[in-house]
Amino acid sequence: MTEKELAQKSNQYRQRILKYIVGANAGHTGGSLSCIDILNVLYNQVLNVSPQNFTSPDRDRYIQSKGHCVEALFVVLADKGFFPEEDLNTLCRYKSHYIGHPTRKVHGVEQNTGALGHGLPISVGTALAAKMDEKDYRVFTLLGDGELPEGSNWEAALTAAHYGLDNLCAIIDKNSLQITGPTSDVCNTDPIDEKFASFGWAVKHVDGHDLQALKDSFASLPLEKGKPSVIIAHTVKGKGISFMENQLSWHHGVPSQEQYQLAIEELNQAII
Amino acid sequence: MGSPVVESKTGAKANLEVFSATLQELAEQDRDIIAVTSDSRGSGKLVPFGKKYPKQIVEIGIAEQNLVGVAAGLASAGKKTFAVSPACFLTARALEQIKNDVAYSDNPVKLIGISAGVSYGALGSTHHSLHDFAALRAINNLVVVAPADNFETEEAIKQAAASKQPMYLRFGKKNMPLLTEDPNNTFEFGKGRIILKGKDLAFIATGETVQPALEAAEKLKDEYNIEATVISMHTIKPLDTQLLQQIAEETEAIITVEEHSVYGGLGEACASYLLEHGYNKRFKIVGIPDEYTVTGSQTEIFNHYGISKDGLATIAINLLRKER
Repeated sequence: MTEKELAQKSNQYRQRILKYIVGANAGHTGGSLSCIDILNVLYNQVLNVSPQNFTSPDRDRYIQSKGHCVEALFVVLADKGFFPEEDLNTLCRYKSHYIGHPTRKVHGVEQNTGALGHGLPISVGTALAAKMDEKDYRVFTLLGDGELPEGSNWEAALTAAHYGLDNLCAIIDKNSLQITGPTSDVCNTDPIDEKFASFGWAVKHVDGHDLQALKDSFASLPLEKGKPSVIIAHTVKGKGISFMENQLSWHHGVPSQEQYQLAIEELNQAII
Repeated sequence: MGSPVVESKTGAKANLEVFSATLQELAEQDRDIIAVTSDSRGSGKLVPFGKKYPKQIVEIGIAEQNLVGVAAGLASAGKKTFAVSPACFLTARALEQIKNDVAYSDNPVKLIGISAGVSYGALGSTHHSLHDFAALRAINNLVVVAPADNFETEEAIKQAAASKQPMYLRFGKKNMPLLTEDPNNTFEFGKGRIILKGKDLAFIATGETVQPALEAAEKLKDEYNIEATVISMHTIKPLDTQLLQQIAEETEAIITVEEHSVYGGLGEACASYLLEHGYNKRFKIVGIPDEYTVTGSQTEIFNHYGISKDGLATIAINLLRKER
């Protein structure tokens, strides 16, 4: 996939995220838009996972700890052929499996998440199993910066370093906003890098919307042999839609029809 | 029974010891058997296991939420994972991980609650697990088991290892004699075991309370000519409602017995089934009342609350005397 094609994917994914959130009249708009470039690069450039190999014990694992940004995951999984995209018309509808958080009822989802602070411990266990079985698969987990105060993350961070899980990569979607306000005001977790480094992790910062930089970061894994890696992706909540960017109200705001049209227009204009 | 681990009545061991011996036996044949511990290998009797199979034990340290999350990850990758931690911490501290990472995500972890109930009697309420049946019964896709004796424990562990079902199993530290040496009295999850048959009343007990219930039944027969049925209802969920229905029809009164709060455990599970199915005979729930729990040894606490040969016999006589 060329650089341009990859960028176009991000643009399409953003359009689809908005489409299905508007259709469902629910969703986590800002966070889905902040993490979508990360998911784009992971699923299109990094992960050895597809509908065909999804039951293989050797596949790479992606576990989305920030489960509420499920719309980003669903549009990518649909694009990768895990299920027909039109299934997403049932998002959050009665009896639909396409609910507001990832569940294994949806083909391509590894773990049921939604409660925060769960993705990292599960990922540690999965990465540990790979080491035990001497398998080459890798485990990636996406966390929001707002979920870092959950103590279970830090328990798991200790275990990952203790067992030298260099097949594990945590990505922090650091959009610096959470439902109450700026993450630094709610419960300051900075400096995240120093915290993870002191827990025994190898740390890298990246612009979470720079597709090439993301590719390069993932290509350099493990950041250090014998250590788990954390990539701190600096992102913008609501990225790509000017009136949503860095606006708290878009944490789970749903666009009106008019706002939706404006957003789609802006995205169409952004396609080079 | 031809069992390599369980000995006869005279060789009674703690169920916890039988658990660790059985797990070690399984680990010998299957390298996917993994024990995950939270600084609990000593209290879980897993020190020999760890020495013999160091690659099959994962030490987490004192971090129960992480213990369960990591166990879920291991299980999802095909490991036959036993997450071992004191029942009091495992089922309270890590309740959300049990609910989401194990039960909801359907990761086939076997959660092993050690030193359950009031096994740590003198250590106080922080170390008692009198809430676990209640909390876990309300979680979908979780089998809840309290084996009564060494035979049930060994069978439960073997069958759990072969099962893809998320489960919680709890054990105590007290030496438990075999309830029966009848080789035809087998063990199956979800099927209560009839230990003794009698027409007058039934003790439906679970875990380490089946033994005092059996002793009480013997006393009632010897001293009062009252014939009691004794059921080991080792599986709290799913409850063996077929057996419960049969017992309700065959006897004149039911007494449930458990090392758990009288709220939300075996007793209330039986009561809700029976009420919904028209039962109108005498019924009594024996367990730990909803109060600041007395401390002492497990036996002293059992005696205090009537979970003993004499205590249960008295409760039975009073219940049978009661107007219906």
